[in-house]
Amino acid sequence: MSIDLKTIKHISKLSRISVDEQRAEKLADDLNSIFDFIEKLNELKTDNVEPLTSIAETTLKLRSDEVKSKNIREQIIKNSPQDNEDYFVVPKVIE
Amino acid sequence: MSDITKQSLTELVENIKNKKLSSTDVTKAFIDRSEKSQELNAYITNDFTSALEKAKKFDQKPNLDSKLPGIPMAVKDLFCTRDIKTTAGSKILNNFVPTYESTVTENIWNEGAILLGKLNCDEFAMGSSNETSFFGNVQSPIDRNLVPGGSSGGSASAVAGQLTPVTIGTDTGGSIRQPASFTGIVGLKPTYGSCSRYGIVAFASSLDQAGPMAQNVKDCALLHEVISSYDPKDSTSIDFKRNHYSKELTNNIKGKKIGIPKEYRVDGMPKEIEDLWQKGIQYVKDCGAETIDISLPNTSYALPTYYIVAPAEASSNLARYDGVKYGFRAKGENLIDMYEKTRSEGFGTEVQRRIMIGTYVLSSGYYDAYYLKAQKVRKLIKNDFDEAYKKVDAILTPSTPSSAFKIGEKTNDPVSMYLNDIFTVPVNLAGLPGISIPAGHDSKGYPLGLQIIGKAFDEQNILNIAYAMEEKINFKNKITDWWIK
Repeated sequence: MSIDLKTIKHISKLSRISVDEQRAEKLADDLNSIFDFIEKLNELKTDNVEPLTSIAETTLKLRSDEVKSKNIREQIIKNSPQDNEDYFVVPKVIE
Repeated sequence: MSDITKQSLTELVENIKNKKLSSTDVTKAFIDRSEKSQELNAYITNDFTSALEKAKKFDQKPNLDSKLPGIPMAVKDLFCTRDIKTTAGSKILNNFVPTYESTVTENIWNEGAILLGKLNCDEFAMGSSNETSFFGNVQSPIDRNLVPGGSSGGSASAVAGQLTPVTIGTDTGGSIRQPASFTGIVGLKPTYGSCSRYGIVAFASSLDQAGPMAQNVKDCALLHEVISSYDPKDSTSIDFKRNHYSKELTNNIKGKKIGIPKEYRVDGMPKEIEDLWQKGIQYVKDCGAETIDISLPNTSYALPTYYIVAPAEASSNLARYDGVKYGFRAKGENLIDMYEKTRSEGFGTEVQRRIMIGTYVLSSGYYDAYYLKAQKVRKLIKNDFDEAYKKVDAILTPSTPSSAFKIGEKTNDPVSMYLNDIFTVPVNLAGLPGISIPAGHDSKGYPLGLQIIGKAFDEQNILNIAYAMEEKINFKNKITDWWIK
């Protein structure tokens, strides 16, 4: 299989990472060599194998739904690149 | 003073408890050596001023009952530390100052240790050479222009170079064991669920584990007993009875059955590695253990599986870096443009590559062919180990297929870089504990490691085997202080 530039553009859009033409070509090369390596898995027949979805074979513990963190708005906002004290600020989305 | 940094953690703890050394003496000595070692680039952030204050405070009212009384310690910059910048080696977190503490570091401070600073690592722990860090590559104390391994490269360099008595790293596919092997130190990747992942910058959540890195097995056992705890804040943390690993450490491994998997004899493996492995087999036999040839038939599928599972989980975990809630933000014409530019400018090449692989294998139409397939193969790999552990108590393998390589040697070929983790990755996929111990040198004088893989939750057993082997191997790390002017 081969990953072409069109696919790179598509993945870049899904990943929300902008990629210019030059980098797209390099990425296509890299991804193709990585996927050549990954294709080795097709040698294996796995039709009757259950997928491993959790490595620890325990059931998740339940806990009561209690509020443990209170009044931490300041802490949550603290690291945002832009805020107005009460909210995260993003570029305008509604005209 | 210079001798202080040569002491093991166990010796330092003893000397502080006997009041032969104060925490201030010890902290000063490690700060002094760290300051002279800037060429290693092991630190991203130092916290020396407040470390000294904390040491003085400790000495005024020492709590000598704690396990790490007044011991200074630097940690990998992947652990969130309250009010101390935590970057994960990335530009995108260059200005991130956590308002909370990771559980494993909290456990360490609760036992009396003092933070020295945050250690360099591959960006988001993605790398095997510490060359993907936004803060530059780390030099190995073994030789100039040699990689220390990765992703916990700063951690390995700092322990081997005696900038910190011990440290903690994280291991998703070998990131503790491979750098430990490259720098001649001991590194333990615990059973999945043994150490809490709370407050660790996430890479691949079903594989990530924190673990100790140290000069010797006993130090490693002591630090592991401090960091391993059940934590309700991590839903995959497992509530099991944890040992006093250092107290229960014994070199008596008589009658233990040690498996030697034939599939780890890979094509193109240097003879030196094979010879080292044979020596290791002899050592465990000399200790009274029995070796048994075993087969882990799906070993060669582990790396391809890993390079689907880990990037898939990473692409999902790293979606949170959007320039809104924390971290770096680039200017954009609109919201989407801002996201795309932030992530394009904020993430380095390797991280972008892995996000894209992950996004692709999870995307519509490809999920079954890649992700589901990988989960099935992962099951087969785990079954291999389950089968083997019906016959043996532990498994002995080389830690890496080669000794450390030069800086820049593998940066242009991602697949050859990935192949470095061929012996460590299966352990993460199966959620098992594994320890790398230094076992010899190659012809260039670079350290080589052996790996002991255990059953789940059987850290005590592999620590004991490592302890017994360590005595026989009697490894001496060749540190020339080449970087100190």
